[in-house]
Amino acid sequence: MTLDPSVIRKDFPIFDRVIRDGQKLVYLDSGATSQKPNAVIDAESDFYRNHNAAAHRGAHQLAEEATEAIEGSREIVAKFLGAESEDIVFTKSSTEALNLIAYSIGSAPSGNRFHLQPGDEIVVTEMEHHANLIPWQQLAKRTGAALKWFEVDQAGRLDLSDIKKVITERTKVVAVTHQSNVLGTINPLTEIVKRAHEVGAVFILDACQSVPHMPVNVKDLDIDFLVFSAHKTVGPTGVGVLWGRSELLSDLPPFLYGGSMIETVTMTDATWAPAPRKFEAGVPNMAQIVGLGAALNYLSNVGMENIHKHEVALTKYTLDKMQEIDQLRIVGPTDLHLRGSAISFTLGEIHPHDLGQYLDSAGIAVRTGHHCAWPLTRKMGVPATTRASLYLYNDEADIDSLIAATKDAQKYFA
Amino acid sequence: MELDNLYQEVILDHYKRPQNKKLAATFDAQVHHVNPSCGDEIDLNLTIKDQIVTNITWDGVGCSISQASVSILTDLLVGKSIVEAYSIYDNFVALMQSKGSIVGDESVLEDAIALAGVSKYPARIKCALLGWMAFKDASVQAQAKSKLD
Repeated sequence: MTLDPSVIRKDFPIFDRVIRDGQKLVYLDSGATSQKPNAVIDAESDFYRNHNAAAHRGAHQLAEEATEAIEGSREIVAKFLGAESEDIVFTKSSTEALNLIAYSIGSAPSGNRFHLQPGDEIVVTEMEHHANLIPWQQLAKRTGAALKWFEVDQAGRLDLSDIKKVITERTKVVAVTHQSNVLGTINPLTEIVKRAHEVGAVFILDACQSVPHMPVNVKDLDIDFLVFSAHKTVGPTGVGVLWGRSELLSDLPPFLYGGSMIETVTMTDATWAPAPRKFEAGVPNMAQIVGLGAALNYLSNVGMENIHKHEVALTKYTLDKMQEIDQLRIVGPTDLHLRGSAISFTLGEIHPHDLGQYLDSAGIAVRTGHHCAWPLTRKMGVPATTRASLYLYNDEADIDSLIAATKDAQKYFA
Repeated sequence: MELDNLYQEVILDHYKRPQNKKLAATFDAQVHHVNPSCGDEIDLNLTIKDQIVTNITWDGVGCSISQASVSILTDLLVGKSIVEAYSIYDNFVALMQSKGSIVGDESVLEDAIALAGVSKYPARIKCALLGWMAFKDASVQAQAKSKLD
């Protein structure tokens, strides 16, 4: 089965509207957030209309239904990742999920397998989004552990040539993105995961840019933790997902304390409920979690393999067309090997913010700036880039619009 | 075209031929300002003598709006008293925050009136204000320094 974007778009009501004085919406900013299909909007709305109550609390029918709805979503997420539902934790964002891991590791007492101290090392890469850099950078400062990183070469690939020097016997944590939100690079995980495990480190995968776009199975990847974001996966804002190996979730101290995450409480002490509840203090974002379940069902019905193939073909089309434009430089891999559909570029002396403004005037939505990966843009030698990021609802006509408007912008700012 | 209201000729001229874009070796205050959402950066050096702005020089990277705006600022404020400069500053900030509801006073703002169109693009207001915020910061520092001297 091949994917037909014109059929897909009918499921996304936002494409019925027009942009900047009656123009067609060309949405090329799914790397920032994806659009939402009716199935998701309806599921969220249905929860509020028909089932709203505080999940995991209350002795009444609505509370039962709310609990079932959320636990149903947990099963959908687990199946989507090839995981067990008790290993799925709902957070408020993937940023929160990464902070959860970092703070929990930081509070692990001596004797706990996660305990960090001076002499230990944390490894990241130069291509991390700020959300998978700053929590580790600050954790290193708090614990006295050293922060190390894999560098990125000018082709936009990780330099793994000295992997044994970067990940050493001292390394306790390795946190790496699956796919760069700027470069589109998909990282070769096998080698890094193998090395991390060889030295006894835990491997944390930031899958925000991969889970929405291709099949991702936590068992096949042999990783220890994974986070992704609902709102980039045609789901609602306000929900992040953390998956962890059950024995690791069991040893990891809690992050947020409060209602629902306890086993027993006295005035002076408390014990914790087993995961995932241990990490879900407070009433969760229920309607949004239900919306996430609907989103993943929607993507599964289309087929993640189909989505991936569609994006690979459209990425090839985009890269080919872009390379015909004078002075356009793609910042990231120009070949399709281990490459996703986030495509950053610069256009001669035209500042990305000006290009983005021009494209917007033609109804085309792109992202401009450093894309929350400032050290990376600096390394790539550019102050900022323009990024087109593709998804299942984009087609060649969208790319043709982007290319034509980019050429027009060159004339406008000449 | 709506976009032409934003990208007036004056702006593109200043962007292509920026004024005073070479940091002076001597100054009373030097500041570095960034726009963290897009990575635009400027350094600005300011000299104030007897309550008169005598020199503003700068260097930076950024979009046409941010670069043109600081270039226009240097043309506009050098030679003005601090009181006049602050009055122009207030006038400009009010125009930027007006969402297009006021046209601005060209007799006060001169070339800076060309940036009026920015006020209709909320994401760009920070670009236009980058150099102005840097000036305000530098002027406060320069005056504090002159009190100490």
